[in-house]
Amino acid sequence: MALSTAEVARLAELARIALTPEDLERLAPQLDVILEAVASVSEVAGADVPPTSHALALTNVFRPDAVRPSLGVEDALASAPAVEDERFRVPRILGEEQ
Amino acid sequence: MNDLMDYDDVMAAYDPVLGMEVHVELNTASKMFCGCDNASGGAPNTTTCPVCLGLPGSLPVVNGKAVESAIRIGLALNCEVATWCRFARKNYFYPDMTKNFQTSQYDEPICFDGHLDLEVDGRTYRIEIERVHMEEDAGKLTHAGATGRIHGAEYSLVDYNRAGTPLMEIVTKPIRGLGEHAPAVGRAYMAHLRELMRALGVSDARMEAGNLRCDANVSLMPKGDDELGTRTETKNVNSLRSVEGALRFEIQRQGAILAAGGRVHQETRHWHEEGWTSPGRSKEQAEDYRYFPEPDLVPVAPSREWVEELRATLPEPPAARRARLQDAWGFTDLEMRDVLGNEGSLDLIDATVAAGATAASARKWWLGELARRANEAGVDLAEVGVTPAEVAAVQALVDAGTVNDKLARQVFDGVIAGEGSPDAVVAARGLAVVSDDGALGAAVDAAIAANPDVAQKIRDGKVQAAGALIGQVMKEMRGKADAARVREILLEKLT
Amino acid sequence: MSHAFLTATASELGRRIAARELTAVEVAQAFLDQIERTNADVNSFLHVDTEGALAQAAAIDARLDAGEELGPLAGVPVAVKDLFCQEGVPTTASSKILQGWRPPYSSTIVQRMLDAGLVLLGKTNLDEFAMGSSTETSAFGPTHNPWDLDRIPGGSGGGSAAALAAFQAPLSIGTDTGGSIRQPASVTGTVGVKPTYGSASRYGVIAMASSLDQPGPCARTVLDAALLHEVMCGHDPLDSTSIDAPVPPVVEAARSGDIRGMRIGVVTELGGEGYEPGVVARFTEALDLLRQAGAEIVEVSCPNFTYALGAYYLIMPSEVSSNLARYDAMRYGMRTGDDGAHGTEEVMAITREEGFGDEVKRRIILGTYALSSGYYDAYYGSAQKVRTLIIRDFEAAFEQVDVLVSPSTPFTAFDIGEKLSDPLAMYKSDLCTIPTNMAGNTAGSFPCGLSPDDGLPVGVQVMAPPLADDRVYRVGAALERLYAERDGGVLTDQLVESWVPVDVAEAIGFDEWDLL
Repeated sequence: MALSTAEVARLAELARIALTPEDLERLAPQLDVILEAVASVSEVAGADVPPTSHALALTNVFRPDAVRPSLGVEDALASAPAVEDERFRVPRILGEEQ
Repeated sequence: MNDLMDYDDVMAAYDPVLGMEVHVELNTASKMFCGCDNASGGAPNTTTCPVCLGLPGSLPVVNGKAVESAIRIGLALNCEVATWCRFARKNYFYPDMTKNFQTSQYDEPICFDGHLDLEVDGRTYRIEIERVHMEEDAGKLTHAGATGRIHGAEYSLVDYNRAGTPLMEIVTKPIRGLGEHAPAVGRAYMAHLRELMRALGVSDARMEAGNLRCDANVSLMPKGDDELGTRTETKNVNSLRSVEGALRFEIQRQGAILAAGGRVHQETRHWHEEGWTSPGRSKEQAEDYRYFPEPDLVPVAPSREWVEELRATLPEPPAARRARLQDAWGFTDLEMRDVLGNEGSLDLIDATVAAGATAASARKWWLGELARRANEAGVDLAEVGVTPAEVAAVQALVDAGTVNDKLARQVFDGVIAGEGSPDAVVAARGLAVVSDDGALGAAVDAAIAANPDVAQKIRDGKVQAAGALIGQVMKEMRGKADAARVREILLEKLT
Repeated sequence: MSHAFLTATASELGRRIAARELTAVEVAQAFLDQIERTNADVNSFLHVDTEGALAQAAAIDARLDAGEELGPLAGVPVAVKDLFCQEGVPTTASSKILQGWRPPYSSTIVQRMLDAGLVLLGKTNLDEFAMGSSTETSAFGPTHNPWDLDRIPGGSGGGSAAALAAFQAPLSIGTDTGGSIRQPASVTGTVGVKPTYGSASRYGVIAMASSLDQPGPCARTVLDAALLHEVMCGHDPLDSTSIDAPVPPVVEAARSGDIRGMRIGVVTELGGEGYEPGVVARFTEALDLLRQAGAEIVEVSCPNFTYALGAYYLIMPSEVSSNLARYDAMRYGMRTGDDGAHGTEEVMAITREEGFGDEVKRRIILGTYALSSGYYDAYYGSAQKVRTLIIRDFEAAFEQVDVLVSPSTPFTAFDIGEKLSDPLAMYKSDLCTIPTNMAGNTAGSFPCGLSPDDGLPVGVQVMAPPLADDRVYRVGAALERLYAERDGGVLTDQLVESWVPVDVAEAIGFDEWDLL
């Protein structure tokens, strides 16, 4: 088995998805099958092959340092689940200050 | 709760090793990846758009000026400039990050392998620069609840105006061999970067405003060892004093732990202005940031021609500049040493002279009145609340006879209190000296009439007695008179 | 009533509207009526913007009446995959997590279409966040294939393809990350083109995998697709990966269809085991027709295409895991679990659990794994190397031939529900289309008849080098003409009777509209 249920649970936590135990039972074996099917990729290319992150070889695409109109606070907040004092209101943060 | 070891005792047993990570907010007109206004201080969420709000479908485009600034910073720090590098995504969830990844650089920084030489107390220290890379700032959280801090808050509010502000991260290699001077060198390093950023014109570099932020890493190595100890990273270090204080505190705290046979935890710590640090997240459960090349941005490949063009725009090296300014200002070596001993005053005087004041008057204000106020307030000179242009304006008022030195101090009171420009303060507070000869003459006449004995002495040629009468007049005018003019009128009347 | 508009080509509608023989409003109304009549069966539209479409049409009529000269598609309706942001119009990516969201801005392509005078009918169904090959992973129910309502219309852009086949729109747009334009085109008997990566702006298009996603046109005829391609493509300073180069002459190529002397390569690796006999038969027949029309057919090997699917299922989920992190219940979209007891971290996780479907979760977790420390080199890094090898295969092939061809997908439309619980079987739908996304070049799918096995449409894929999109259209146009000469029309003509009410068709002389 390439990917255990415990490993899937850890990844779900990292990806901020509160998987239920039923989800885990269903998804873990599927993920394992997929991963096994794609794992052969790691043996294809030798060390001399450079990786490609961008299909087209563009470089140096820059924008002039010019101010463009912003959305405006009303549009910015229009879809927010909760708003207070023109700010996005979010539930209390349990983690550390970043 | 923190046991501290005597500083000298720590130094007897250990060598401190520093590592400085400094974030510089650029003062570009627009943000790093979108055209929103980069100015700070606007009403919440007014300078946001689909890109910096991370709305579905939005895409970043790099601000060319920010890349230019990054390269100039790197060159000024004697770095190599990458011929090809990419942005990378640093993935982590936090509500101040609109995309839940920070667009940053990972193993391909734009500038790397630099150095700078610092002079501290007559000794030169070489600081090796590991990298300078480009990234973006996050939004600002306000915690609602009794404490106003994250712990105990019922909920938090987010303002994304700052999200997407261009941020340069400058990272040193481990700095060894500093001995007892480590905290002072750390402080001098920050002071140097601040001076450099301003000279380059790339950042306002105001530490109290968060334009320049320092994460100070320090570890202790038993003397004679060659293996680095476990380090801590202290954040929230927002002034030069704090840099020095935080380093000194951590050195003493770690020393106490090691001396007692304990183990230093690798962790993030927070600096408190009261002079201590407290633990944050333990780095042993470090996040897995899952960096990968940012697919929405193409690589940056600065041509050597461009790099050389930018090199030509660098400000002169600090030592050459100091020599040039001393010559231009006509300061003696002693005067110059005073200037250099006052952090930031060289730039402030230079800017004040540029704004029209004489070098002597600029030096007088910055090293006298304003240095005293900064000292009292416990802030750096640059953050005393008066700009060089305002100092030049005050001096112009003195030169024009509108105010005297004593009134000028009241003008500074007004400027610092936020009452407006020096001219506005003079008008609002009614500080201008009385230059109406009629009014002054009347006051002089009154003083003569009230002190016939003194007046007679002056008539008899004892001119030095005039001081008493001048004092009377000045008191009568509540200081708002030009003492020299009062003296002239008095002597005209009595001789 | 003028329901014959329904079967007309976009170019003909545009011509007649410009000539003021038709008004944009009556054309728009006809398609809105058709959508209302048929959408319960097909479920191709998630949102119909009746008011907006009629207002846009009226504005076009006013400008044309005033004598303004507009583009060839002015007044022609188009259906928009619900992955494109359109200001004020609900945009969901077929996900519960975005239900009710109305973007405060429009994607560049939506804006370009509005500027060209196209009339935007509404938003079409797709697999959730474009992840799927059947439109079954949509949170708002599957789309049904107009050829057989029990079958899938392909995916992710099944809604946009089905809308064409059911004559709900003469044009539609899609996005193609691994085949999401071409595979639906193939299984619905329509035309779909993935332009060269960087040709069509991604700004305002909800991202799945940024380095692979590419918007493109969908239509019932090659010329219509080319006309829409010209409107959609072109440099956009808001997309850093946008190519600053002229759009290749696709319309000219679509009008010409001249393939005499062209060298066409058949990719050895895109065939054989796993390909339905009916698909192979129709593909072979297409090769014969191309040969008869003067092309030279040769076989070309692209050995690394074998690994494309595996590499794709590492790169794509990696980018997905990062691109979809923003759906966190903080700034827009769904929020659940915010009851005072849960902190931010938990509210994020609960919302994402409830807001995302299984396929999205699978890909996010797979991508999180592929990027995680200790596995990056083995998975993401290796996959990026395979990408290099695929690009080299294409480069070598295009030194020998002008275009490459293959079936568009190994099998015809399968039954709804058939592959939903077998992700690997589903992923094989994109075996032939993925290499082009990995390399960033261009490809299109064109109808090549019905499979003798099940009577369902088969598509042929034409692949060309980057920025040689015109070659794709040239071969597509040749095929279209060859089939029209043989069969008397395009494939979707066979659907007219099922989808356009006979009484209406007779009343307005449907024949004269046929094959315009």
